[in-house]
Amino acid sequence: MSVGTSAPHDAASLHVTGTARYTDDIPTPRGTLHLAFGLSTIAKGKITAMNLDAVRAAHDVVDVLTADHLPHDNDVSPSNHDEPLLAKGEVHYLGQPVFLVVAKSHLAARKAARLAQIDYDAQTPVLTIDEALAANSHFEEGPRVYAKGDAPAQLASATNRLQASFEIGGQEHFYLESHAALALPQEGGDMVVHASSQHPTEIQHKVAEALGRPMNTVRVEVRRMGGGFGGKESQGNALCVACAVVADKHRQPVKMRYDRDDDMIITGKRHEFRIDYDVGFDARGKIQAIDVTHFARCGWAQDLSLPVADRAMLHADNAYNLEHARITSHRLKTNTQSNTAFRGFGGPQGIVGIERVMDHIAHTLGLDPLTVRRENYYASQSTTQTTPYGMQVTDSIIREMTDKLEVSSDYQARRKAVADWNGKNPVLKRGIALTPVKFGISFTLTHLNQAGALVHVYQDGSIHLNHGGTEMGQGLFTKVAQVAAQCFGVPLEAVKITPTDTGKVPNTSATAASSGSDLNGMAVLDACEKIKARIATFLSQGPVVFEGGRVEFDGTTLSFAEAASQAYQNRISLSATGFYATPDVEWDRIAGHGRPFFYFAYGAAVTEVVIDTLTGENRILRADILHDCGRSLNPALDIGQIEGGYVQGAGWLTTEELVWDDKGNLKTHAPSTYKIPTASDRPEVFNVALWDGENRAETVFKSKAVGEPPFMHGISVWSALTNAISSCGESFPDIDAPATAEVVLMACQKLRA
Amino acid sequence: MLTFLLNGETVEAEVGPTETLLDFLRDRRDLTGTKEGCNEGDCGACSVVVTGQDGIARAMNACILLMPQLSGRAVRTVEGISGPNGELHPVQRAMVDLHGAQCGFCTPGFVTTMAAAHANGATNHEEQLAGNLCRCTGYAPIIRAAQAASTQSVPSWMEESSIEAKAPFPMPQTSDALAEWYSKNPTATLIGGATDVGLWITKRLQDLENVVFLGRCADLQQIEVTDEGLRIGAACTITQIMEAVAPLYPSFAQMLRRYGSEQVRNAATIGGNIANGSPIGDGPPALIALGAVLHLRKGDIRRAMPLEDFFIAYGQQDLQAGEFVEYVTIPKQRDTVKCYKLSKRFDQDISAVCGCFNIVVAGGSVAKARIAFGGMAGTPKRAIHVENALIGKAWNEDNMEAALLQFPQDYTPMSDMRASAGYRMQAAQNMLRRVFVESLGVPASVHEVRP
Repeated sequence: MSVGTSAPHDAASLHVTGTARYTDDIPTPRGTLHLAFGLSTIAKGKITAMNLDAVRAAHDVVDVLTADHLPHDNDVSPSNHDEPLLAKGEVHYLGQPVFLVVAKSHLAARKAARLAQIDYDAQTPVLTIDEALAANSHFEEGPRVYAKGDAPAQLASATNRLQASFEIGGQEHFYLESHAALALPQEGGDMVVHASSQHPTEIQHKVAEALGRPMNTVRVEVRRMGGGFGGKESQGNALCVACAVVADKHRQPVKMRYDRDDDMIITGKRHEFRIDYDVGFDARGKIQAIDVTHFARCGWAQDLSLPVADRAMLHADNAYNLEHARITSHRLKTNTQSNTAFRGFGGPQGIVGIERVMDHIAHTLGLDPLTVRRENYYASQSTTQTTPYGMQVTDSIIREMTDKLEVSSDYQARRKAVADWNGKNPVLKRGIALTPVKFGISFTLTHLNQAGALVHVYQDGSIHLNHGGTEMGQGLFTKVAQVAAQCFGVPLEAVKITPTDTGKVPNTSATAASSGSDLNGMAVLDACEKIKARIATFLSQGPVVFEGGRVEFDGTTLSFAEAASQAYQNRISLSATGFYATPDVEWDRIAGHGRPFFYFAYGAAVTEVVIDTLTGENRILRADILHDCGRSLNPALDIGQIEGGYVQGAGWLTTEELVWDDKGNLKTHAPSTYKIPTASDRPEVFNVALWDGENRAETVFKSKAVGEPPFMHGISVWSALTNAISSCGESFPDIDAPATAEVVLMACQKLRA
Repeated sequence: MLTFLLNGETVEAEVGPTETLLDFLRDRRDLTGTKEGCNEGDCGACSVVVTGQDGIARAMNACILLMPQLSGRAVRTVEGISGPNGELHPVQRAMVDLHGAQCGFCTPGFVTTMAAAHANGATNHEEQLAGNLCRCTGYAPIIRAAQAASTQSVPSWMEESSIEAKAPFPMPQTSDALAEWYSKNPTATLIGGATDVGLWITKRLQDLENVVFLGRCADLQQIEVTDEGLRIGAACTITQIMEAVAPLYPSFAQMLRRYGSEQVRNAATIGGNIANGSPIGDGPPALIALGAVLHLRKGDIRRAMPLEDFFIAYGQQDLQAGEFVEYVTIPKQRDTVKCYKLSKRFDQDISAVCGCFNIVVAGGSVAKARIAFGGMAGTPKRAIHVENALIGKAWNEDNMEAALLQFPQDYTPMSDMRASAGYRMQAAQNMLRRVFVESLGVPASVHEVRP
């Protein structure tokens, strides 16, 4: 058996010896040129004069390009054609690329980029959500509204009613590897691009546009990324296009990598949200009606903001059955970095919203928040309940998972112990919370739910595997290789995993939406089954078994290599493409109705924290997570996603604070000022378990997607902090996210005042 | 010509005065295992193991380590952590077996830092690895790997020693030589650990031609325990100081344990921490609370002053051209100092507020109070008004609360990306409350709470 085993990451031994090659590590040919962007220094305005003489004259500078020098399309947008590679006369955020320096070294390019004299006619930027609302600065014609039942009428007659508003900060991806690209010009105008990208096909598409050539002249290769998290779904377009354009012009190889500060200043992040809620509920905490409004700060260009904001709406229910719900979403255009995909893709913000509502209701009624959550959970095995967007929820296991986790985490006894501790300790207070996750799996843009694969079996029985997914650390390549090894009944070592390559598998979707193994695993399975069937048909009319590296038929046993060799000698094709399209999904994003998701992934987490009511300092003491990966393809890799997702989610809601000044200048643009968790921030006790079950949907070996869902277990940290702060007084702790020490202290003071 | 050891081999190379080890490894030696994550010493992806004359393996950040600093020292990169025949080091084996790498980009830095800790027998893994950021794993499997490897013996190929080497750039061997050189070159930049100067190079993109390196100034790297107290040479690293003050002033040592990271503490010097005059450096508040005296030298002229007097205003210190910090002394005293560092993240973060309290209570009343803060003004600064409000009064809640009202007399903090002015003021006042409640035995540190 290969599927279901905890095989280590396929590149693990390369990682630990420093021999795993990332884009910036690829040996470059002699004469390789290096790029750096010159960035705007104001957030909004017209460029009135640009003097680049000093840039051109700088040491080792070869060329300097502005928008006027670009031969074809000046656009790197993944969606709306509204994102010029280089500013066209006006700038829309502080940090926008205005010109491009070509130099003989990375350092020379960076140095020269600072020598420009640019004059602007500065305008007042729209920076905040309030400013955008005041200026009616929206993407799309107006707010989107998804509704079910009659929320306004039911709210008016609700037993109890609460109205509140809070803010959720964005998040910097902080992949450890900054963006990088290398373009190698080929004969006849062809171009090969090595990218650190989750979306090679998009790179191919944008490079072809920029060169004014068809896509068949561009080949993009991605071996691996040093982390992606959604930050490399569209944000790498600029570097790849820049490299390709310069490589084409100068007929020399060109490399670009962002210095960390440039990366953080230029690229988009997780969307900031403000969430307003108006909720009616009965004495048991059951929600009678809810009206939720999302205000998403999208930044200056559309990028992926519409589907991100959609997904936030699609997760405004999380694991709760809302009979009367209205969800309104404003997609606000601001003069800040263009916010983009980030693990969860809006889902986390939507879920934080409803979890905050649960805590608020429980506090108002004096109930254990877990009681209120249960009161509202979707039922198991229901055929009648639907989400606010009209999709049936038939696969819920959240009740069973919560029951199990409540016991395994000793939730009830610890909740009592927390209360006892808080009664005795005047300064330090503990808090505990259990939060659930239900996350929809599939791209909401339905046509993206497809994948391809290419599998070769060579005459010595070795297998060459390729598919459209990209490896960013999640272990996709390992899982997909396990699928291939399982299918052919060979050891995992017999399968060679090869870099993602638009020349091998075309028209791929981004490796995103947690879909990597669901889509590509199925496509690989399809390809392997085709080859296997050809070998089997050739060998025998009867049953042929592929197992343990052997092929058995008609009382004969061959090694897999012998079977492959015989097939080859008998002119049987040992190469096949595979394809998969997710069935049953259909979605109307304007009407807000349909089945956007093939299935849901579930999970629940209990977190206990301690806070210092004198300084607001806080710490996670213990976390217990139960997560649903269906029938796990690789338990070790899945647990890795869960542990990592939890800590990343906890960071988002605690220490990771993005700060802009009133000019739109991002002040937290390096790890010195932007604080992701370190080792000591992880829970001292960290229990992670996989739910023993299988996907009810027909997925690859009945597994479930795991990339994004565990991120939202971090919400239990924020909820536990709320619980701890509430011991300081009577009113509800209306904290924003991230709950930095400052936010926690100010909330404590407010309750004590 | 620079001479040093790289993965066990002697390397001789012409290097620039501010060329970084990271660029040298990647661009000139094709040793691309060492990664650039931030280029400012905050992520650890470029960590390497450096062994100097003391023979101790130390993790350091290659991105802000300048080549001349390596003269005669032994450097081991991730490529040299595995054995000559490709055998995996125990930390590498454990990282594979326990799934400690996902995207793998931070992994070489973790492996080198873990290998240094492993060589030293250190098992305080969170502390050792606080300077290495990982965005994928949530650290749990990495710490498991560090624990698993700690029972394995150190491979023979990790043995290392420094070598004789001629200095490629000015590197005085004594403070006398330094004083003479610097008085003749008063515009030169002194480079101790380069944890600050390194950023002038990698981020401000400054070209520094006239530099002098303090790494060989033996007498500036000494800590002496005398009858009067401690005498700490300016080129002592934070690691050295942390070890020296741990038995004397444990709260100071606990705070220094959060100064940067292992990699930064192994390079950063106290002289640099003082002389750069940062209002948020963590050394000065504690030293001021301890009554430290600063000793400056220019040529043969020496002068001394209370450390707090050195800081005149933001970016302005009482330091003449050609004058340098020679050493700092801490008078011998009973330990009553409490140091509190407040930052957004516990480890490896710059203080929003750093408050140090040296309050001596005798017979129920305050006999002495020296209180100093970082992050509350343009310089590290004493809370004179607060001190005066406490001194001579009974050490009780009412008097403590009355003293709190004096904080606005001492400080007008500012708002920035680390904290608001209001929070800084409130937290500073609450730190005095913390001193008080802790004196009553009330638990007030989240880090002492166990699950």
